[in-house]
Amino acid sequence: MNAIEVQGLVKRFGDKTVVDNVSMSVAEGEISGFLGPNGSGKTTTIRVMCGLLTPDEGEGRVLGHDIRTDGQRIKREVGYMTQRFSFYEDLSIEENLTFVAWLYDLDPVSAVVRDTLEDLGLFSRRKQLAGTLSGGWKQRLALAACIMHKPKLLLLDEPTAGVDPKARREFWDEIHMRASAGLTVLVSTHYMDEAERCHRIHYISYGKLLASGTVPEVIRDAALTTFVVEGGKVTEAARMLQGMAGVDQVAPFGLTLHVVGQDRQALSAAIASVAGQTGISYIEGSTSLEDVFIQFMGKSTDNMA
Amino acid sequence: MNTLFSFRRLMAIITKEAIQMRRDRITFAMMLGVPLMQLVLFGFAINNDPKGLPAALVTTSQDHYTRAMVSAMENTGYYRFDHVVASAEEADRLIKSGAVSFVVTVPSDFARRVERGDHPQILIEADATDPSVASGAISTLGTVAAQALLREQSAEAQAAEQSTAALNVVVHQLYNPEGITQYNIVPGLLGVILQLTMVMMTSMALTRETERGTMENLLAMPASPLEIMLGKVLPFLVVGGVQVLVVLVAAKTLFGVPFVGSLWLLLVSILIFVLALVLLGYAFSTLARTQMQAMQLTFFFFLPSLLLSGFMFPFRGMPAWAQALGEIFPLTHFLRIIRAVMLKGADLQGVATPLGALMVFVAAYMVLALMRFRRTLD
Repeated sequence: MNAIEVQGLVKRFGDKTVVDNVSMSVAEGEISGFLGPNGSGKTTTIRVMCGLLTPDEGEGRVLGHDIRTDGQRIKREVGYMTQRFSFYEDLSIEENLTFVAWLYDLDPVSAVVRDTLEDLGLFSRRKQLAGTLSGGWKQRLALAACIMHKPKLLLLDEPTAGVDPKARREFWDEIHMRASAGLTVLVSTHYMDEAERCHRIHYISYGKLLASGTVPEVIRDAALTTFVVEGGKVTEAARMLQGMAGVDQVAPFGLTLHVVGQDRQALSAAIASVAGQTGISYIEGSTSLEDVFIQFMGKSTDNMA
Repeated sequence: MNTLFSFRRLMAIITKEAIQMRRDRITFAMMLGVPLMQLVLFGFAINNDPKGLPAALVTTSQDHYTRAMVSAMENTGYYRFDHVVASAEEADRLIKSGAVSFVVTVPSDFARRVERGDHPQILIEADATDPSVASGAISTLGTVAAQALLREQSAEAQAAEQSTAALNVVVHQLYNPEGITQYNIVPGLLGVILQLTMVMMTSMALTRETERGTMENLLAMPASPLEIMLGKVLPFLVVGGVQVLVVLVAAKTLFGVPFVGSLWLLLVSILIFVLALVLLGYAFSTLARTQMQAMQLTFFFFLPSLLLSGFMFPFRGMPAWAQALGEIFPLTHFLRIIRAVMLKGADLQGVATPLGALMVFVAAYMVLALMRFRRTLD
């Protein structure tokens, strides 16, 4: 059984379709990355999945419960970490966790809270008011609060936004550790490196799901060609390549250029002619996930226009 | 596991609310300090039977009849003759500017006409822009002036005769024989103070969560609408209890308001009244989307309830439709209860109707709030 199984989800706010016919599944014990630009419908999709929003169309099951009728059951078995810190800033870490423990009917409350505090390294700060914590500690508190009741599924909405690299690393280690113990995770993110830490990824843009699969699958399915350009006149070459037939992206990486396109022949022709004029050298490189996403973004903006 | 109601979850929310209330020092201080301040301020300030009102005397003669009448009028306590002027124009200016509330004009031939046995006349002009200012002072006037004059004519016997002649009307002012405004106002203030703080604080219960972004989390956790509602309003019963204590003690010690009825009956009534108020505030918070809107709703509700409840103006003096409107406010019914119990010594039977009305409000607000509560973010 898949932990998440949704088909044809549609959610509209007024006449704006925020989630447009999204179908996806997340297998048990898997870490799934949910990617897409700002305002693409990631948060809305996650909220529909945890019963906080009712879909206008479509159906689905989360942990075997119907998302339309069984919202209360889903809430008990799912841990949802909101994008914005949404615990009580005028309560201490310990008070926040105690509140959550009571709400989930955990017993004995004080022992469960103590274990959670120690487990996530929050014990020394347990008396500190949540409002005075830095981003990384707030995130840690939020994570602690949503895994305390031992959910089978974690829905994390941009959990590492505004968190420093070290805290991010520790966060991901924590997530992987729990996934290996059987927890299913759906995590939305902007960061490519985080996407690559997921078992599978789902890319959504303007409410539409554009790609799903493992990272190599998504890169392969995008069928892009990438050339790495080197040589003295890369800046000039970049200017010339911009807008030529077959060239979709030109992005500088240090002293090199990544030139990406869908039409392999047109791209080769373009780059060969520029090489002839400027004397740059080029070799075919591997397409990165970032190249694929930028390609997606460019395409879907065109679709909306 | 019961999804509709769990005592543990209710306690979780109550505890959380209590901690937040305690941490918000300014609000907490206001909830306890404001009632006392308002009670003292309004208790001493509001007076429905104003006395010592400034008056001007227009006279050209200084005969003893005039003096006797003026001092008789001053003795009623309603008049204070600040100005003695010679011309009507000057008096006119004084009353127009608001410097005096009354102008008493004694004609120059007053003494002569009294002695001749003619019907002498004096003119009293009252600034009746505020009718309640003028009414008390005017109502006592006729007899006071006439008797003063007769006495001055050494005709006490005649004066006594006149007052006992024909019909003898006996008036008993029950429950508040001296007509002390505070006896009426101070118990009423308890209702008004409770209404303001209870409704206002609870009207922010949900909107504050929404504005701080904590609502999403609260909804994502297994708390039921009933638990959230009770968890958010019950802590305010304690705050209300402290306010009640403050006001009742002050009513007794500061204003000497008599308490002839049953304290228990009053406390039970107050409990039901406060419950109605916090649930009303909570219902507001399910209607409003922001704290600002909640505040506005509270004020829209507050003013008509203050003016139509009978706190400031006599309820029975309003037209029937306004009385009907007044019935929809819990304060109206609470005022009937507290005045009846404190001043008249009414028993349970005597206040059963308004008490029943308050219970209806409790049930109605609870149903409204539960129906309006959105379990999703749709």
